[in-house]
Amino acid sequence: MNVLVDLGHTTALRSPDREVLTLARTVAAGGTVSVLTHAPDAAGLAEELGGFDVAVLLAPQDAAPDLSLTDTALLDAALAESGATLVLGPNAAEVTDCFARLAVRHSAAIITDAVGVDADRTVTKSVLAGGYTTTVEPTTELAFVTVAPNAVAAGEAQGGQAPDVKPLAVSASGAAATVTGTQVAPASSRPKLTEARVVVVGGRGVGENFSLVEELADELGAAVGASRAAVDAGWAEHSAQVGQTGVTVSPQLYLCAGVSGAIQHRAGMQTSQTIVAVNKDENAQIFDIADYGVVGDLNKVLPQLIEALRERKG
Amino acid sequence: MSVNIVVPVKYVPDAQKQRTFREDLTVDRSDAILSELDEYPLEAALALREAAPEAEVTIVAVTVGPAAASGAVKKALQMGADAAFHVDDAALAGSDALGTSAALAAAIQHVGEEHGGVDLVLTGMASTDGEMSVVPPMLAERLDFALVTRAGTVEWGEERNGLALTRATADATQTVAVAFPAVVSVTDQANEPRYPNFKAIMAAKKKPSAVLTLADLGVDASTVGRDAAAASVQSATPRPPRAAGVKIQDEGEAGIQLAAYLAEQRLL
Ligand SMILES: Cc1cc2nc3c(=O)[nH]c(=O)nc-3n(C[C@H](O)[C@H](O)[C@H](O)COP(=O)(O)OP(=O)(O)OC[C@H]3O[C@@H](n4cnc5c(N)ncnc54)[C@H](O)[C@@H]3O)c2cc1C
Repeated sequence: MNVLVDLGHTTALRSPDREVLTLARTVAAGGTVSVLTHAPDAAGLAEELGGFDVAVLLAPQDAAPDLSLTDTALLDAALAESGATLVLGPNAAEVTDCFARLAVRHSAAIITDAVGVDADRTVTKSVLAGGYTTTVEPTTELAFVTVAPNAVAAGEAQGGQAPDVKPLAVSASGAAATVTGTQVAPASSRPKLTEARVVVVGGRGVGENFSLVEELADELGAAVGASRAAVDAGWAEHSAQVGQTGVTVSPQLYLCAGVSGAIQHRAGMQTSQTIVAVNKDENAQIFDIADYGVVGDLNKVLPQLIEALRERKG
Repeated sequence: MSVNIVVPVKYVPDAQKQRTFREDLTVDRSDAILSELDEYPLEAALALREAAPEAEVTIVAVTVGPAAASGAVKKALQMGADAAFHVDDAALAGSDALGTSAALAAAIQHVGEEHGGVDLVLTGMASTDGEMSVVPPMLAERLDFALVTRAGTVEWGEERNGLALTRATADATQTVAVAFPAVVSVTDQANEPRYPNFKAIMAAKKKPSAVLTLADLGVDASTVGRDAAAASVQSATPRPPRAAGVKIQDEGEAGIQLAAYLAEQRLL
């Protein structure tokens, strides 16, 4: 089967990209894998794609002048170029938007947030906040599937040859919005929330003193996350929100304090390998899924934990 | 000048209760509410109206679903929508997002015919049950409207013939200008949805609300529903609950015990 992978505006591979490329290599099973980036300067990306058995890297000549419209036309052109019957991409809004539009244009199936895709294109996904696992089959010749982060193990790049870069020229006409300004978030010295091995999360119970959570995170070399209540209170950026309307994390260690464990929060963290919770309410829902729960006041437990970690480091 | 806003709303199972699949592999909606994420576009529409009375904003809620889905439009009317349409047709059962978006797009065009055009479709960022976020782009594609997804703030544009928005991408915040007609999905960061008060609940009862069939909308019933679905659910298995582990009470040493646990699990 020929597979097209849409990496959105990627110029350098991140772990969700590697996961999708690994999946594409597996399901293509001898068919070709083509990759599309929506960012014009693709030479560096081609180098990185060397190890993933990619036949060709398709890239636009110019950056899109609008939101969504030209990017959709670009994917459509890449689709024609690749002859793919399966289009994969990371589960990001920019990718989903293009997939959904082309699903309409081509009367094709779209399935989002896959945790697995078989060679016969059967998709496994987790739904209802992780309550159910479903299998879904496309009934159409062409199918678009977005892949959930941290669901597929990213394979090692195998040192193959960098694919040729093929420029695509597209123009699109129709109604579209324009981006009038972009403010890039300041880079953090902490690991990325979605990729971190350890995530420390603070909830409403943390209160104004959110730096306590940050201090613990730094002691553990962890990324900092927050519940929606903590974000709404202004203690953390929205980009730190874990849950249904934030990011999904699946680290080796998820440690939270002052988080009750609402279903919308659990949706974003329950596949973590080890879950540790500190909460003063022994009936808090978070304890239902915690591997290690501490019933206690986080203002006492966290400083003592930080102290103990420092002592261990010596 | 007048501006007509349509807010599509969905009736979904209450996430606070046990959500299950039925034997036909559709989600059980017997204990349903208006999708909480649809309250944000409703609030955004109401805020636009209140910010510019001279713009003469009309807000119409539209839902696609069985009889019970009327609960979604009822809540939308209570929050402040002016009118509502409910597309209810047996042929829609088992529709995938393609089928649902086709019916919704036809309903939006119907609103346009009745109200002299639709300028803006405001949606939630996702439904709280399907969580696919594909209906907004599908509507933009079907209606040939401009598309902006996941807007975090929503304001009038300079001429009131469009909007000024911000949206967060993976590593940046964008400011975006969009002219009508447009489809805009808004996140749960966009505002604080209001609670309908008693007066609003009483007033909602007098607002126009109509039920439409696919035939009323000129949609071919064979293009929607389970048999026409491009994605077909084969199985739905409840996930085994995650077993709870150790729970300790802090008796003054819990921080030290926790550090020991982390070390023992090789998590440091
Ligand atoms: C459509 C929708 C989407 C949502 N999306 C998300 C999402 O993406 N992410 C998310 O997190 N939420 C989301 N929510 C909100 C969610 O329902 C909860 O309201 C939220 O997760 C609660 O955050 P919290 O646990 O920090 O606060 P609370 O539920 O208020 O819990 C605070 C906890 O702190 C404990 N506590 C207080 N003081 C102390 C102390 N001194 N020491 C120890 N423990 C203490 C309390 O016992 C309590 O359990 C969403 C809701 C809706 C309706």
